[in-house]
Amino acid sequence: MNSILSNKWLKVPVFLLCLLPAGLLVWGFFHDELTSNPVEYITHTTGDWIIRFLILTLAITPARKLFKLPVLIRYRRMLGLFAFFYGCAHFTTYIWLDKSFDFHEMLVDVAKRKFITVGFTGFLLMVPLAITSTPGWIRRMGGKNWLLLHRAIYISAIAGVIHYAWLVKSDERKPIQYGVLVGLLLLWRLGVWLARRKRRAAGSVAARSEPVTVETAETA
Amino acid sequence: MLIKRPTDLKHSDITPKEVYLNRRKFLAGAAVAGGAMLAGRGLWDLISPRLSASAATTQLTGLAKSPFSTTEKQNTFNQVTTYNNFYEFGSDKGDPSKNAGNFRTSPWNVSVEGEVAKPRTFTMDELMKLAPLEERIYRHRCVEAWSIVVPWIGYSFNNLVKLVQPTPKAKYVAFETFYDPKQMPWGKWTGIQLPYVEGLRLDEAMHPLTLLCVGMYGQTLPNQDGAPVRMVIPWKYGFKSIKSLVKIRFVKNEPPTTWNIFAPDEYGFYSNVNPKRDHPRWSQARERRLGELLMRPTLMFNGYGDQVASLYQGMDLIKNY
Repeated sequence: MNSILSNKWLKVPVFLLCLLPAGLLVWGFFHDELTSNPVEYITHTTGDWIIRFLILTLAITPARKLFKLPVLIRYRRMLGLFAFFYGCAHFTTYIWLDKSFDFHEMLVDVAKRKFITVGFTGFLLMVPLAITSTPGWIRRMGGKNWLLLHRAIYISAIAGVIHYAWLVKSDERKPIQYGVLVGLLLLWRLGVWLARRKRRAAGSVAARSEPVTVETAETA
Repeated sequence: MLIKRPTDLKHSDITPKEVYLNRRKFLAGAAVAGGAMLAGRGLWDLISPRLSASAATTQLTGLAKSPFSTTEKQNTFNQVTTYNNFYEFGSDKGDPSKNAGNFRTSPWNVSVEGEVAKPRTFTMDELMKLAPLEERIYRHRCVEAWSIVVPWIGYSFNNLVKLVQPTPKAKYVAFETFYDPKQMPWGKWTGIQLPYVEGLRLDEAMHPLTLLCVGMYGQTLPNQDGAPVRMVIPWKYGFKSIKSLVKIRFVKNEPPTTWNIFAPDEYGFYSNVNPKRDHPRWSQARERRLGELLMRPTLMFNGYGDQVASLYQGMDLIKNY
């Protein structure tokens, strides 16, 4: 499995697959297949795919460990960038077709309406992540800083779920499904972090007389 | 003035052919798309609204035209019947057309109770003949900021009110929708309390615009649009226009209403269309007419101010939302 996934040409079909929902929207729009309210359909569908791609991106690290597939890391950047791509489509639909590029009205919305404030924050946080997603930026920023910055995806994913939950009128089933998935993926990270801290603590008991090293300082 | 005669639009002319053609188009497209199944539900969501199986409706003839009709461009039967809210059949706007196909609407009775001199139960036959049927082309504005123009069929609700003779104690009218969890298993997941209830002040109910509606587009109501009989109150948000009506009760006090019970700060008893009174979570200043890409301004009382504004003289409509 690892060897199949490390074939660089596999990225091409994965890329096309990620693009498929957008392609279907374009195709459906011109074939009058997007319900009686195509704008709403596009807004909701792109919104769904933002959260789905954020969830897929967050699932890479656990999946690498659980399925012993470290090679999956090769796909994480693409998935994250697709979340941002659908975010741009979602935002463009809103500012263009809902707001007719009236940025003043948009700012009123952002200030006044909780669900838009939260959604817009989640989207804005994805911008620096998309910009610094290249190997060059990892080098420039240093691995530690880069990892720290890219934890902002946790906030974007939570913001996405809240944005959805606050938007619906009464049927919260779908936001709850997404919330559970995001919650599990974040809990897994919390578990890893706690386990590591415990290991470190146990280690430092054994080595109490040793001087503090760079490594132990960083995890303090 | 271009008002389509009801006979121009037959259910049989429109839906089955389109369902069929669109399905073919879709299958061809899907074949090209290849591997699309992996894209998950999004793909299937695309086709679902058009594969509706609504039960057969009956053609209605001899309809009178109404001076209350708008001359605005009507939405198509297909636009209106594949996209609407009827939470008993699911909370997605494509759900009612998908799920209401087997809804049994015959036999059907509507009981009229409470503060009336002559309480009685009307059979559907009696309701169809209670007054001459008119076609009324109304604007219809949903609280979710979309709107449609629909040729409804029915007569002013006050025809029925006069028959049952409300007593002086009657100040409000309470309405109730049919609810059968067996036929409507989707309802219990939608978060709102069922059966669905609504209400009007008696003077609102007596207003000639308030329609007891038994059809649309020249035929009886499709199941998903509230068959066999519903209310249409064109100057209020769509959720006030209660569907599949089984009970009408004349009462002394303001009756509870479903969305107000669910979220009192979001949905008031009056729920008049009002572009100045935002829903707490979204603006009501503009709306998207189905079939249009950009939004248009929403009109006070949905454009029926000349007829109904006097009902609310001296009332603060921001507070009494």
